[in-house]
Amino acid sequence: MYSYNEFDTAFLAERNQQFRMQVERRISGELTEDEFKPLRLMNGLYLQLHAYMLRVAIPYGTLDSAKMRKLAEIADRWDRGYGHFTTRQNIQYNWPELRDVPDMLEALSEVGMHAIQTSGNTIRNVTADHFAGAAADEVADPRPIAELLRQWSTDHPEFQFMPRKFKIAITGAESDRAVIRAHDIGIQLIEKNGAIGYRVIVGGGLGRTPMIGKVINDFVHEADLLPYLESIVSVWNQIGRRDNKYKARIKITVHEHGIEDIRERVEARFALVKPRFEGIDQALLAEIKDQFVDPDFKAADTAVFDTAYATDPIFRSWADTNLAAHKSPGYAIVQISLKAHGATPGDATSDQMRLMADLAERHGHNELRISHEQNVILPHVHKSDLPAIHRALKEQGLATANIGLISDIIACPGMDYCALATARSIPVAQQIATRFDDLKLEHDIGDLKIKISGCINACGHHHVGHIGILGLDRAGVENYQITLGGDHTEMAALGQRTGPGFSAEEIIPAIERLVQTYLEIREGREETFLQTYRRVGMEPFKAALYPAAAVAAE
Amino acid sequence: MPKAFTPKVVTANHLLKGDVIYQTKSGWSRTLSDAEVLEDEAHADLRLIEASQQTGEVVGAYLTDIIIENGALNPKHFREDFRATGPSNYFHGKQEAGSNV
Ligand code: HEM
Ligand code: SF4
Repeated sequence: MYSYNEFDTAFLAERNQQFRMQVERRISGELTEDEFKPLRLMNGLYLQLHAYMLRVAIPYGTLDSAKMRKLAEIADRWDRGYGHFTTRQNIQYNWPELRDVPDMLEALSEVGMHAIQTSGNTIRNVTADHFAGAAADEVADPRPIAELLRQWSTDHPEFQFMPRKFKIAITGAESDRAVIRAHDIGIQLIEKNGAIGYRVIVGGGLGRTPMIGKVINDFVHEADLLPYLESIVSVWNQIGRRDNKYKARIKITVHEHGIEDIRERVEARFALVKPRFEGIDQALLAEIKDQFVDPDFKAADTAVFDTAYATDPIFRSWADTNLAAHKSPGYAIVQISLKAHGATPGDATSDQMRLMADLAERHGHNELRISHEQNVILPHVHKSDLPAIHRALKEQGLATANIGLISDIIACPGMDYCALATARSIPVAQQIATRFDDLKLEHDIGDLKIKISGCINACGHHHVGHIGILGLDRAGVENYQITLGGDHTEMAALGQRTGPGFSAEEIIPAIERLVQTYLEIREGREETFLQTYRRVGMEPFKAALYPAAAVAAE
Repeated sequence: MPKAFTPKVVTANHLLKGDVIYQTKSGWSRTLSDAEVLEDEAHADLRLIEASQQTGEVVGAYLTDIIIENGALNPKHFREDFRATGPSNYFHGKQEAGSNV
């Protein structure tokens, strides 16, 4: 894993010292809130409904045990003993006090972590496939490029005051687990005639005007990638709209100019930018790559696993649901669900964090990942260690076997925390999870992604949920709009609205009617909810959601 | 016809703790029931200006509607309900606090 060099460390120390002074000046009254706000946001500090919120970047979702333990320690010392993992592979602390934040940042810097560029009109934390470096279906590990991008974009002078924030996601696999088509730039590592290159997708995004990204270049050579990306950002920085913040994202620029026009401008810009790079980035990339070598995978037999799998139905159910295929024989990728039925999606207590850190150290080559689906991953686990891991997880309430199922819901903080929210999202997730757990239906329902946002900013990715739920404020009452057919993968699609929204009381029964309809009309268990929707379209689901309207139309 | 003025209180977040506070006759409180009820528009505007000037103690002061029922103050909008009581996903927010600032 990448560890900080002297430059990074000195830079962080200086930034933290600056921020400490800024906080002091705010408290002493030398800085007004108007002056202080942009400074705190640059350091990841928001003011939410009930408290400050500190957002800490977890670059490309990769952590080691020391970092995870530090996150736990911070939760205990300066917060309320827990943290919230988000869809941007960050962690948010919901209760820090202003005076403590510089100490929290200093504690983070001890393990090379920070909260820089988790806010503001900058290039945000680069996200990556959470199976990066481990997945069986991967062309190559995308994280060295993600790290290169992190170094390139952090404090890049040209990119501190852009028209709007800018989000990049990267994957090394055809199967897209990083939602690259819903980012400002999405990058897919591909192989062509033995050479590694990059498919670059631009102009995706969610929020108030959701768009699926378009391929701007099907194969950018490795040596050209950074200048090519710089050209994209720079073209947008120049022609992107600054007159209206809702039209400022690159998705609007691409939409208004058309992908062909943007492609031409980027090519022209690239011709100017490329010579300036002189290969320094490639030397750096080579250095970074050395830090992302595979761990020493062990060769052992899997008898312990096979026995547990054959004899323990609870273990088997967990293994069937929460494991994914690893590139190394005998190994598995473990997905630890932060979605116990009825819990807040993405929350982990400090004890849970410490346990996950211990397990990674003991059985997982010291590596952890945060997924955009708000779960924690142990990317490298030998199968013989799985029964022990499962036992330990059970004791901390972390062994819920529900990855990819109806209760594995992405939910943004919504009105329980977020100052921008128009409705709550977490309680909707909690109720759906407990309801379907009571019905004992979720394994039968199978693959179904529900994603919930508490306002049109779409932090909960509702547009790309198989079932998306958007919480709105209709005349002072919470109201939930449903979309169907969204997909975050390589077949990316935006969900379509079903019709009028539902009240907080009606939304759970409405979801239940949708799922019942699916169970009735699917062509066998192999046909997932999304496949059924694609086959039959909206109508049967609409009829189930709005029975009165269906009758009236007859 | 101009809309009739409805009762309001001044609310903000505490600069150091970040939590929700309400303006009282003599200062600030974390409890809505302590808040000074503003029933006159000119007075409400004045109190908001006074609150907004206390930038060393509070952040983001604004007026919010309340409903008075049997002498008890209740927020009009559900957002203010959550601000007054804390997150609803589980019991761990303002529910635990209580004292004056
Ligand atoms: C709680 C404080 C938060 C605030 C104030 C906030 C603010 C925003 C805003 C204003 C947008 C719309 C941006 C645009 O369309 O230009 C947005 C989008 C987004 N945010 Fe948040 N957000 C918050 C929390 C989160 C959390 C917890 C997550 C992860 C779970 C998250 C992930 C995202 C994502 C994925 C998008 C949409 C993707 C896109 O940018 O197009 N945000 N957020
Ligand atoms: S979607 Fe809205 S409510 Fe949810 S976290 Fe984002 S800004 Fe807040």
